[in-house]
Amino acid sequence: MKVSVNWLKEYVPIDMAATDLADALTMAGLEVEAVEDRYAHLETVVVGQVVDVLPHPNAERLKLCRVDGGNGMVTVVCGAPNVMTGVRAPLARVGTRLPDGTLLAKTVIRGETSEGMLCSEVELGLGLDGSGLMLLEGGFQPGTSLKTALNLFDCIFEIGLTPNRPDCLSMLGVAREIAAIQGVKMNPPVFSLPDVKGDIRALTSVTIEAPGHCPRYAARLVDLITVAPSPYWLQDRLRSVGVRPINNVVDVTNFVMLETGQPLHAFDFDHLSGHRIVVRTAADQEPFTTLDQKARRLSDQVLMICDGEKPVAVGGVMGGLNSEIEDATTRVLIESACFDPISIRKTSKALGLNTDASHRFERGVDPDGTLFALNRAAGLMAELGQGRLVEGVIDEDFRTSGPLVLSLGVRSTNDLLGTDLDRDRMAALLESIDFEVQADGEAALQVRVPSFRVDVTRPQDLMEEVARLSGYNQIPTTFPMLPAQGTTPSPMMVRRNQVREILCGFGYSEAVNYSFISADSCDRIQLDADDPRRHHISLLNPISEEQSVMRTTLVPGILEAGQRNIARQQNNLRLFEIGKVFLPQSDAPLPLEKEMLVGLWTGRRATATWHTREAACDFFDIKGTVQGLALALGLTELSFSAMPDGQCTYMRAGHTAQVFHDGGMLGIVGEVDVEVVNTYSLKQPAFIFELEVEAIGRLASDSKQMAPIPRFPSTARDITVIVDQTIESGRLLDAVAQFGEKLVEDIYLFDVFAGDPIPAGKKSVSFRVVYRSAERTLEDETVNAIHHHLTHRLIDEFGAALPA
Amino acid sequence: MENTLERIYADAMEALASATDVDAVSDLSTQYLGRKGHITHYLRNISSLPVAERPQAGKRANEIKRSLEGEFKNTLTRLANVSKTATDRIDVSLPGRVPEKGSLHPITQITNHICNIFSQMGFDVVEGPEVETDYYNFEALNIPKNHPARDMQDTFYVSDNVVLRTHTSPTQPRVMEKQPPPVRIIAPGKVYRCDSDLTHTPMFHQVEGLLVDRHVSFADLKGTLTAFIHQMFDDQTTLRFRPSFFPFTEPSAEVDIRCVICRGKGCRVCSQTGWLEILGSGMVHPAVFENIGYDTNRYTGFAFGMGVERIAMLKYGIDDIRRYFDNDYRFLSQF
Repeated sequence: MKVSVNWLKEYVPIDMAATDLADALTMAGLEVEAVEDRYAHLETVVVGQVVDVLPHPNAERLKLCRVDGGNGMVTVVCGAPNVMTGVRAPLARVGTRLPDGTLLAKTVIRGETSEGMLCSEVELGLGLDGSGLMLLEGGFQPGTSLKTALNLFDCIFEIGLTPNRPDCLSMLGVAREIAAIQGVKMNPPVFSLPDVKGDIRALTSVTIEAPGHCPRYAARLVDLITVAPSPYWLQDRLRSVGVRPINNVVDVTNFVMLETGQPLHAFDFDHLSGHRIVVRTAADQEPFTTLDQKARRLSDQVLMICDGEKPVAVGGVMGGLNSEIEDATTRVLIESACFDPISIRKTSKALGLNTDASHRFERGVDPDGTLFALNRAAGLMAELGQGRLVEGVIDEDFRTSGPLVLSLGVRSTNDLLGTDLDRDRMAALLESIDFEVQADGEAALQVRVPSFRVDVTRPQDLMEEVARLSGYNQIPTTFPMLPAQGTTPSPMMVRRNQVREILCGFGYSEAVNYSFISADSCDRIQLDADDPRRHHISLLNPISEEQSVMRTTLVPGILEAGQRNIARQQNNLRLFEIGKVFLPQSDAPLPLEKEMLVGLWTGRRATATWHTREAACDFFDIKGTVQGLALALGLTELSFSAMPDGQCTYMRAGHTAQVFHDGGMLGIVGEVDVEVVNTYSLKQPAFIFELEVEAIGRLASDSKQMAPIPRFPSTARDITVIVDQTIESGRLLDAVAQFGEKLVEDIYLFDVFAGDPIPAGKKSVSFRVVYRSAERTLEDETVNAIHHHLTHRLIDEFGAALPA
Repeated sequence: MENTLERIYADAMEALASATDVDAVSDLSTQYLGRKGHITHYLRNISSLPVAERPQAGKRANEIKRSLEGEFKNTLTRLANVSKTATDRIDVSLPGRVPEKGSLHPITQITNHICNIFSQMGFDVVEGPEVETDYYNFEALNIPKNHPARDMQDTFYVSDNVVLRTHTSPTQPRVMEKQPPPVRIIAPGKVYRCDSDLTHTPMFHQVEGLLVDRHVSFADLKGTLTAFIHQMFDDQTTLRFRPSFFPFTEPSAEVDIRCVICRGKGCRVCSQTGWLEILGSGMVHPAVFENIGYDTNRYTGFAFGMGVERIAMLKYGIDDIRRYFDNDYRFLSQF
C-alpha cells in the first residue's frame, strides 16, 4: 500500500526525516519496501525568467523565447498565450521526464532549436490549469529549484503490510502507528456536516436478508449533486498514492476509503428500482455485469446488493454497471457496510476479482467505523458537489458481539518475551496505539481491544504488541536450555550423504532436478502402457505442461540435464541425483515417496593427454561405479545379471544388467536405449544406473572386524578355458568360488578372447586363482593338485575345453 | 719419511676434492695408485727405510692406499650420477594424472552446513513428505481455509485436500503429534510454490526449526538464531529482528542480516537497504499447540524457517536462482 508523508501530516505531526520514519515503521512491523520522492521528476525544473520574446519565423502561434535559467540563457520555443517578457515560469531543462512520460530532449521545432520547455501546471502535474504557463509570483531568483520555490516535498512509502494489519490499510491507521513511534497524539479529521433537508427514511430503505454475510449496512443520501471533476487538492491526494481521479463522487468514496480504511460505494439513486436496497445472496447462475464491463454468472455463495428488482453490486467487491455514477447523476446513495471476511474472500476468489474494497473486507474492516466514514464521505460529497445532504442515516446493524476485553499477565508476558518490563510500561505501550488499559492488580492488565484491531484476539496478540512497540531489538539475547550433547542424524541421512560423497569421489557431480516433469516423459522414455510409473500425481494448477506431474522416475530428469549440457557443448558428463519419486497409493491420501539414486555417464572416460589416449566410457565404467559404490558402502555380495529383454524399455537390450543383493533387486545399470538417446538428442551413447536409496542404505554396513594378516606367502595359478560364447564369464568365477576350496584366497579374471584361433561360437576366458594357507607355506604339489581339480570341475560343469 | 706419506695422502685428497669429472679422477687414480703412482712408488721404496720403521710405515701406507681406493671409487660413482642426472630428467611441468573430481550441489552443501550447526546445538534432523495434506500444510498451522494468509503462498494443488507443501513447517505438527515436549528439531527439504519468474523457482529448499520446552522465550529465539548466523556467516554479522506476521507464530519476527555483499552500504543485492531478509521466525502460536494438544500454560516454543537458495546465493555469489535446477556442468563443477 502506498502512503504519502504529506497526507499523513494531516493527522499526525511528523518531525522525523522520511528515511528515519521509514526505518521506524519497518521496525514496528509495517515494512517500508520503497521510499520514493513524489517530486523527483521536478529535479531538473527551475524557475525561468523570460528575457525576451520573438515571433517564431516559421510558425504563427509559436514564439521564440530567451529564458534566464539561472546559469545562462536558453532558447525555448513556446506556444503559451501568456508568455511575455519578464514573467517567471517553470523551466523544464533537457533531460526532464514529465508526468505524462515525455522525456525532454533538445529539439528543433519548425527549424528553431528549443533547449527545454516552459510549462503549465498540467504539464508538471501540479494543477488543473493547462491554458497557459504556470506563472510564478514571489520574485524567485531565476535558477531556483521549482521544488524549493513551491515547497514541493513529499515522500511516498510503499508499505508491504502483513495480512493481520488491515487497520493500517488507511492513512489514519498508519498515522496512529507514527504517533506511537514518536510518542505524540494523532489528530483524527474533524468535520461538521452541512445543513440537511428531508428524511432519508421517507425516501429509501435497506433490508438485510443475509446478515451472516453482511452484519451491518449503513447508507446516506445526497441530493441535488453536480457531478464534476474533483478539485485539485483531492485529485492530488489520490494521485499521490496512485489512484486515478474520476469525478467528485467516486473520488470522495476513494478518498475516505484511503483515509479511514472503510470501503464505500456510491449508487446513482435514481437507477435503484423501488429506491431501495436489499442485501441478499445471488441466485445460482444469476447474470450480472460489474463496473469493469464484464458479464458474469454468479453462484448462490455470492452476496449481492440489490435494488427493488435486480442486483446492483457484488457486495464488498465491485459495483454494477447499471447503477454507476454518471455525469447526469443528481442523487447519490452512499453505502458504508461491514461484510463478512470469509464471504468476501470466497466471492473475490470465485470471480477472480481483487479490488481495493475486497482486499480490505477480506482482512477485516473496523465494524465501529462504519458511520464515521459514511458521514465523512457524505459531508465531503455534498460540499464538493454542491449538493444537499438528506437528513438521517439508515444503519441496519445485526452485530452480536461486543468489545473484546483481554487480561494480560505481566509475568507471563515477560516470560514469553524474555523481558523485564513492568506493568505500567506495558500499559503505556498499549495505550499509545489506542488500546484502553486498566490495571488489574499489580500483576495484570485489563485491556479493551479497539474495534479496528480485528487481529487481536488473545493475550499473546497483546504480548506481540508490547514486544513490537518496545522494540524487538530491546529484547535480550539469551540461549535456551539445551542438552549438553549434540545429536546424531538418522542412519538414512548419514547414508545418503555418504553416497553423495562417494560418487563425488568418483568424479560425479550432483544434480538437482524439479520434482515435477512433463506428462509425456513416460512416452519419451518409452515406458510400457501398463508400466506403474505411468500413474502420476497430477497438479491441478501446474505452471506449464512441462511441469505438470510429479515424477515417478528420476530418469527423464537426468537425461534432460544431459540434453541441456550436450546442447551447450558439455559432452563429457558424470552426473547423479538423489531425490524422491511419488507413487500414488490407492489406499492412502498421500503418495508413497520413495528415494531414488540415478547416475549418468556419457562421453569420455579419459581425456586425451600426453600420457593417456582419449577413450569413450562404456558399460563397464558405469558398472564399475556401482561396484565401487557398493564396496565403499561395505555392501558386499552384489550380483549383476543380464536384464531379460523387454524388462526395461528405456535401456538397451543386451547391454544392461539388473543389480541384485541376496535375491532382491536394487536397480539397474547399463546403456540407454538408442531411441531414447535420440529422443533426448544426446548424440552419443549414454550409460545410467538407477538404484533404490532406501535399500542401499539398509544393506550398507559400517560394522568392521579385523581379519589376521597372512603370515605365509601366496601362490598363483592361471587357468584358461574355452567355453561357449553364451556362457557368462561371471558364472565361471562364481563356480570356482562355490567349489569352496578353502585354500583359494582370490580369483580374478584377466582376459577374455574370441576369434582365431578360438573356434567360432567359443571364447577363451583366463583367470588367476590365488592360493594361500593360514598355517603354512603351500608346496607346489598341493597347489597343483587343487588347481588340477578346479580346472576339471570347470571343464565338466561348463563343457569347457583347454586351449590346444 | 712418515711426513712424506701423509703429504701424499693430503695432496691426493685435496686433488680429489677439486676433481670435477670422471677423467680427472681416473688420472688421479693413476697418478697415486697406478703402477708408477706415488703410493706404489712409496711401497716399493719401503726397503730403504730403517728396519725398525718398516712395519709401521708399511701398515700406514696400505691403510692410505685402501682409503684412497675407496675415496676414488665413491667419487667416481658420485660423478657418474651427476652426469647421468644432467641428462635423465622429467618435465615436472607436465600435467599429472588427476583423479576426476565431482561436486556436491550447492544446495546440498548449504543444507548440510545448516543442519550441522543445529545438530551441534542439540537439534534432531527430521524429514517429512513433500506431497502434503491441507491439514498439515495449513490448518494445523493456524491457516484456515479462506484466510488471507493463504495468499502469502501460492499453492500447487493435487486435490482439494492435498497440496505440494509450500513450506517445511508441516514437519512441526507432524513431529509434535508423535512426541511430547521437549521437541528440538530441524527439518530440511524441498518446498513448492506456484511462482516462476526471475527471482522465483516453483521448487526450492527450506530448513525449518522448532524448539518446544518449558520456559522458552523470545530472547532464547534471538540467542539461538544469532548463534546460528554467526556460525553460518561470521561472528561480525549484525542481525536485526523486526515484527512480521506468520499465522503459526506470535510474536513473529523477520530476521535480517547486514548485507554481506556491501556491508550495509546499500547495493543491488539488498535493494539498497543494507539489510538482507534471511529467516522467518517467532514464538509458536498457542493455536498450533492447541491443535496438537500441548498444554499452552506449561510449554512455549519457537520456530523458524529459512530459504537455502538464498543463503547459498549469499555464500557463493550465485546471481540467478534458476541456475540451481538447470544442472549446467560448468555451474555444478564450481562447488
